[in-house]
Amino acid sequence: MPQTSSLALLGSFALLLALVLSAYCFLVGLIAILFPNRYSDVLGETARRAGIAVFGAVALASIVLVKAAFNDDFSIAYILHHSNRELPAAYKFAVLWSGQEGSLLFWSLLLATYALVLRLRHKTDTRLFAHASIVIAGVQVFFLLLLNIAAHPFATVTGTIPPDGNGLNPLLQYPEMVIHPPMLYLGYVGFTIPFAFALGALIMKYPGEKWIHITRRWTMVTWGFLTIGITLGAHWAYSVLGWGGYWGWDPVENASLLPWLTGTAFLHSVMMQEKRGMLKVWNMWLVFATFWLAILGTYLTRSGVLNSVHAFAQSGIGTWFKWFLPLTFAVFVGFFVKNRSHLRSEHKLESLVSRESSFVFNNVLFMVACFTVLWGTWFPLLSDFVQGTKVTVGPPFFNRVIIPIALLLLLLTAVGPLLAWRKTSIESLKRNFLWPASGSVFIGLLMVIFGVRPWEDSSYFYSTMAAILSVLVILTVASEFIRGGRVIARHTGQGMLWSMMHLGHRNTRRYGGYIVHFGIALVAIGILGSAFNQQKEQELAFGDKMTIGPYTLVCQSYTQEDNPNYASEWAILNVFRNGKQVTTMYPERRVYKASQQPQTMPRIYPTFTQDFVLLRDLYVIYAGVNPDTGHPIIKAHLNPLVPWIWIGLVVMILGTALAMVPNAAPVSVAVPVRVPVAAGAGD
Amino acid sequence: MGSTLLSSRRIAHSILLALAVFLALGAGDDRRFDKLGHGLMCICGCNQVLLECNHVGCRDSDRMRNELTAALTSGSGSSDDTILQGFVQKYGMTVLAAPTTSGFNYVAWIIPFVALGLGIVFLVMVVRSWKSRPAPALADGIPSVHGSDLERFRQQARKETEL
Repeated sequence: MPQTSSLALLGSFALLLALVLSAYCFLVGLIAILFPNRYSDVLGETARRAGIAVFGAVALASIVLVKAAFNDDFSIAYILHHSNRELPAAYKFAVLWSGQEGSLLFWSLLLATYALVLRLRHKTDTRLFAHASIVIAGVQVFFLLLLNIAAHPFATVTGTIPPDGNGLNPLLQYPEMVIHPPMLYLGYVGFTIPFAFALGALIMKYPGEKWIHITRRWTMVTWGFLTIGITLGAHWAYSVLGWGGYWGWDPVENASLLPWLTGTAFLHSVMMQEKRGMLKVWNMWLVFATFWLAILGTYLTRSGVLNSVHAFAQSGIGTWFKWFLPLTFAVFVGFFVKNRSHLRSEHKLESLVSRESSFVFNNVLFMVACFTVLWGTWFPLLSDFVQGTKVTVGPPFFNRVIIPIALLLLLLTAVGPLLAWRKTSIESLKRNFLWPASGSVFIGLLMVIFGVRPWEDSSYFYSTMAAILSVLVILTVASEFIRGGRVIARHTGQGMLWSMMHLGHRNTRRYGGYIVHFGIALVAIGILGSAFNQQKEQELAFGDKMTIGPYTLVCQSYTQEDNPNYASEWAILNVFRNGKQVTTMYPERRVYKASQQPQTMPRIYPTFTQDFVLLRDLYVIYAGVNPDTGHPIIKAHLNPLVPWIWIGLVVMILGTALAMVPNAAPVSVAVPVRVPVAAGAGD
Repeated sequence: MGSTLLSSRRIAHSILLALAVFLALGAGDDRRFDKLGHGLMCICGCNQVLLECNHVGCRDSDRMRNELTAALTSGSGSSDDTILQGFVQKYGMTVLAAPTTSGFNYVAWIIPFVALGLGIVFLVMVVRSWKSRPAPALADGIPSVHGSDLERFRQQARKETEL
């Protein structure tokens, strides 16, 4: 038999081996904990090692699948359906997560990788890590069962093997798609680890708060990946889908937002537990909800239960999730009910105006936002059930209900850092709040002076409020850095810049968090620009002009190109502003040969060189040829402030990275002390 | 000094000029078309808002956009609701991008705000219960500090740290 069959066999064997090892890790690890005796330690160690070996087996299966893609092994059905001979190498690598079965394998690989790190670091706390390892093994068994039974990536083609594959979905043939899914999956899968620690701590009634420190760090890493994944997804939608927007409130997009919202809530409320011993029950539930929503999102994406632009093909694996989701819920609730007395809060609240109150309010808002997204996503099914008619719940609904909640969150982002733990005096709040509030009100007035009429249209009202609150966040963050920096500068005699950088190093978590808040404010500024979007569509023959905002697009030429993967045609458009040519754009339309699917490739010109602060994107699409006139159709969008969204993301990632760096030691300052000279000294 | 002032003024001018250009973008004649077009879904199966359907050569979205333009320019003075109703009659309820505010669909709009209200009630209850919780007992020998003394210590800490 040719090499093709051996790859399928090897991959299948690796998957089966991974399942057996995971099951061993789960069962033997459980026995070692439930029935302690003199062999327990040895048994537990074998379970841990089996868990480590799972990584090897799943990695082998993944490598085999990628190898099959590079070998054009179309005897494997997955490769036949998601690859073709002329597919560029980078996308052949991305075939691993481009379809249902492969992406489940990728999920399993990432979980095995996280688990590998956890199991190798077991000496941090052997018992807690052993409990967490068993929980992870339980989740891994589920995914490996799915892979071995319901969604086998190495299933072979029956009958004649076609000479070429169907090719990768054209929408996925974009460089960002090589990075976006791994980041998103690292986020989704990573939430299993905090859940495993939380459940482990609950089961063993873990004494102390160490588990929460460990969990917070893992959550921060995972949250960072999910944030990158979501934003890359938005950027991909913006750059590839060709509708001029970046977020469509699609069920799959919503599914990624749900665990992000609960994860963000947890990153805030966990501070209450660490610093004040409060919200223990709440945090436990938040960790569970985050994990559970990540699995729910996977179910939504893969079961075909909801219509989506991004969903994988419909399949029968939904039934598996319908069992797994209640099972995990039941297990968690069971242990929670049994051991909840262990989670008593230790402190009382001293004042309503305190950091504690703001965190609880913050969590309430995150939960309401999460519930609203979930509600809107599921409402079509509910409507179908109640009325017999599926209604559409699209962007107008979400924009109207989520934006007020988001604005409240933005307000809290600005005010929260100014509140002290335990109690804040109204005087200090006034003192710290005065100039940031004045600055933000000034921005609001400027907007009205320059023609925005918030009372005329809700989108203008929301964008004005978002501008005011974003500026408020930025100014409060700046004031925190300046105040802290000033104290250090006074004590050390160093410059302000050095002092502020040192401040960030001294309390990385606090100031990293502030930088994340700053990034959020930038993202909000980027989003508020959508109220002022412009769009235009026009047929452009050679030499024709089209004007949008201050830009004039002149059609210079149309041309065509052919390569083994796709045939393309594109327009060459010269872009002028104030009579001066600023750039040339090449919007493109491709037809992929293997799949015979057409795809537009928009071109985006960010106006960095012309607009100082209020950056915009000139976004141009070659929409095809009008069959009646034979003239090409060009769609142009002028999207104000969008570049700030991507800049805000970079800032958020930098802030997250800073928050994970250990604190530096405080600067020691030499204080002159008058020493009394003892009699006879110096003799 | 003079050059710093000049560059600050230039930056301020740039900001104001850019702000003016940016704000002027809001004014457009086809705002109603834009609003209604974003309230409808394309029926081609792409699951996207009508004006954002990105399918190359999508016949459905082109036809629907033409219908919307015709409805707006027919001169019969149709209200937005009437135009949307026309689309619902032709294409069914799913053509609307958001639930209506009548019948069971109204629930979709109400529930998030009910959740927000309940959340705030929950917040008040939690904070109240925390406030009324007895203070944790201190270990023997540690004097507890209350009232004006506690406030004095806080003031002192704030003064010394300026934080």
